[in-house]
Amino acid sequence: MKFKKPLLMFCTLVLVLMLAACGSKNNATSDGSSAAGTTTTEDKPAAEETLGGSVLAVGSTALQPLVEQVAQKFMGESQYSQIQVQVQGGGSGTGLTQVSGGQANIGNSDVFAEEKLDADKAKELVDHQVAVVAMAAVTNPDAGVDSLTKQQLVDIFTGKVTNWKDVGGKDEKIVIVNRPASSGTRATFEKYALGTKTEDLQGSIQEDSSGTVKKIISETPGAIGYLALSYLDDKVKTLKYDGVEATEENVASGKYPVWAYEHMYTKGEPAPEVKAFLDYMTSDTVQNGDVVELGYIPASKMEVKRDKDGNITK
Amino acid sequence: MKAIDERPVGIADNPRPGRFKKHHMEDFAGRSYTTICAILLIVIILSIVYFVASKGLATFFRDGVSFSEFLFGSKWDPDGNHGEPQFGVMPFIFGSFATSILAAVIASPLSICASLFMTEIVPGWGKKLLQPVIELLAGIPSVVYGFVGLTVIVPALRDMFPGQGIGIAAGSIVLSVMILPTITSIGTDALSSLPRGLKESSYALGATRWQTIYRVILPTVLPSILTGVVLGMARAFGEALAVQMVIGNAPHIPRSLFESASTLTSVITLDMGNTVMGTPHSNALWSMALALMFMTFIFVVIVRLLERRNRI
Amino acid sequence: MKAKAADKIATTIIVVFSLLIVAVLLGLLGFIMYRGLSHISWHFLTSVPQTIREGGGIGPQLFNSLFLLVLTLIITIPLGLGAGIYMAEYAKPGKITGAIRLVVEVLSSFPSIVVGLFGLLLIVNTFGFGFSLFSGALVLTIFNLPLMVRITEQAFRSVPKEQKEAGLALGLSKWKIITSVLFPVALPSIVTGTVLAAGRVFGEAAALLFTAGMSTPRLDFTNWNPLSPTSPINPFRPAETLAVHIWKINSEGIAPDAAEIAAGASAVLVILVLVFNLFARWFGNLLYKIMTASKRMG
Repeated sequence: MKFKKPLLMFCTLVLVLMLAACGSKNNATSDGSSAAGTTTTEDKPAAEETLGGSVLAVGSTALQPLVEQVAQKFMGESQYSQIQVQVQGGGSGTGLTQVSGGQANIGNSDVFAEEKLDADKAKELVDHQVAVVAMAAVTNPDAGVDSLTKQQLVDIFTGKVTNWKDVGGKDEKIVIVNRPASSGTRATFEKYALGTKTEDLQGSIQEDSSGTVKKIISETPGAIGYLALSYLDDKVKTLKYDGVEATEENVASGKYPVWAYEHMYTKGEPAPEVKAFLDYMTSDTVQNGDVVELGYIPASKMEVKRDKDGNITK
Repeated sequence: MKAIDERPVGIADNPRPGRFKKHHMEDFAGRSYTTICAILLIVIILSIVYFVASKGLATFFRDGVSFSEFLFGSKWDPDGNHGEPQFGVMPFIFGSFATSILAAVIASPLSICASLFMTEIVPGWGKKLLQPVIELLAGIPSVVYGFVGLTVIVPALRDMFPGQGIGIAAGSIVLSVMILPTITSIGTDALSSLPRGLKESSYALGATRWQTIYRVILPTVLPSILTGVVLGMARAFGEALAVQMVIGNAPHIPRSLFESASTLTSVITLDMGNTVMGTPHSNALWSMALALMFMTFIFVVIVRLLERRNRI
Repeated sequence: MKAKAADKIATTIIVVFSLLIVAVLLGLLGFIMYRGLSHISWHFLTSVPQTIREGGGIGPQLFNSLFLLVLTLIITIPLGLGAGIYMAEYAKPGKITGAIRLVVEVLSSFPSIVVGLFGLLLIVNTFGFGFSLFSGALVLTIFNLPLMVRITEQAFRSVPKEQKEAGLALGLSKWKIITSVLFPVALPSIVTGTVLAAGRVFGEAAALLFTAGMSTPRLDFTNWNPLSPTSPINPFRPAETLAVHIWKINSEGIAPDAAEIAAGASAVLVILVLVFNLFARWFGNLLYKIMTASKRMG
């Protein structure tokens, strides 16, 4: 008998907590539905300062740091303080699935939606290109090479050349550190640097995260891989591509071809609060501030444009 | 009404009606509560099984991949980058088995020794020393294991053996540390629940400790220890993040232990976020999850059979 | 003589192997601490993370991990105990209970990413809980439930029959026997089970990426209204736990001190597990003493 009371009390407590949880759940779902449905807004119409609601952006882990940083700043602005922006990772595929299914407001992706989704599903999505990310081939510093031509890269990634001495480096076996075949980064690299899809070679290493790729390349003698410019430092050797250095200017002028857009997709035209965030994302302060700071290239700076089939226009 | 139907045996003739009623109320409440919990458990399990199966079977029924091509094909190209899409997961199944068996081979002797140390050699402080150690090993997150593996084990293997250090060997070593706790704790439980008489009669016959362990104790607890080993292997089979960081993930059957390979889980983890739900690629990953579920199931059935033998 | 020599050799091998395990753990801990401890400071533990600048902390992540643990245990313990007691005391032995037990074990060694995606589609999307602590807690419950059920069931079964019979002889109801006779005796094992389950909460990353999310809103630690989106105790806000944070900076971190932060956070995580283990042990003993008014045996 004696100990029963505390037990009862505990049970009641649990119950109360559960009830409380249920209560707030309702709140959350009503919030959520206003976020998910692109047409509804929690409108106190007209006055733009009272724009409220929540925005959920899901997808690419490569784009996540930028969106997160901008979201923090965005919510700090007084006129947007009623808007909650949530940024989640999960990968480009997840982002596109979620935005196409209407569960997220924004789907972050490293690739054009057409490359992953069915044509009719991709058609519903509106593309917002917020930045450009460029990639460079990198090697372990002791490979002894500092520029490779397109053909040499193709030979290396298709396994025709297996020793660095054949491309002008040391007598060292080449170790390929690739990305998984489903990766957006790999798709970009293959499309614009190699110009061909490559097979996964026996013995090649595949990692999805830039951090791990960089760590393996910097520690494995003879390793070669590719990284976005923001990850480059002196732990790995950055290669020139056909003699062109991977710099912001060369990318912007179209001399250096290995780059891709970072996309933020919405389903149909965005709701006001989502639009406010996307506009903020593409505003000059963000484009010239945070975008550059995080190692991306502002989409506005690009002197060349590219469509989803890879056709370049000036 | 139901309370009366389900009155427990043994208190049927309680002379005090007041208490009688309370008992039934209590019993009814308790019984309903636990039943609801159990039903919830079943619902969760069924929904996961249904969920994985419905997505996983789509590969065979909707995308038209044949069962044998999936299980025994050795070519993995689900997006059809080089002609027809190919869904052979043999290399991953091979990798999964190789790493988990090897991990069990490394971990089992160590675990058995640790269990013996705790129960037979120095039962007092031995247990005080090793028990927390084992529990802590179980508590270290797999991300940390993977990171340590990549920083310590991979370079060490690279220096000692030909190859890049990345591969099945590195994966197995990391996994062996991770499954040590499982095997050890089951082994220890089995050893400490042995009847005292068994050991004492052996000592009384003048047997040394090792003779007792080798001839009497180990044969008796062998099924339990095997249970531990199989459960450990099941855990190794399902582990993803740590293995993925050190195994290399090339979709091929490796030619040596020090060459990049993949497991079912490592491929699922790598590709799942990059694929769009409902595409053949994504479905193939779910089929792999289904295969994984099925294999874990087989592991558990083996454990069951071992336990049954143990009981007799 | 030969037997004695064999005995000595075998004993030595056993001792050496056991010490090897201790050495491996000490090495692991030493490695983690050596890399991480120097980076831990009050500032590191309390400040918010930085994306590109140095000097980011892990304050919100640390809080999230602890809060998620509490939430998960609140859901897991009553459910796990209930289902475990049912399996041990009420379920009629038969093919169906056998099948349940079988599948429960399969579930407990299922890859976490699959359960995570299950959570994303069902809990986050279909049920509309969104990326939130609550979704994360539910997914972790799915993981931990099998473990809890198994351990509870075993603990109840291992209580000597005589104790139960004594209770029945006293005319106690079955439920009363379960709560006041069997439960206290089974408690120590249940506490151990909870500790193991909690370890998984601290360490899980893959499943939480898709449910609790990878970001934390700005938290206002003076706001304790559980319904406000900036309140730290709102269970329906997204939350990045420590393990997820480590995974994130290891994989995509671009802050110049990302490696140090990962190392520091790993050390904090391991210390957290250690402290929690000790606490749970102490708490289990305390509970046992209160419930049985006696000292724990053995």
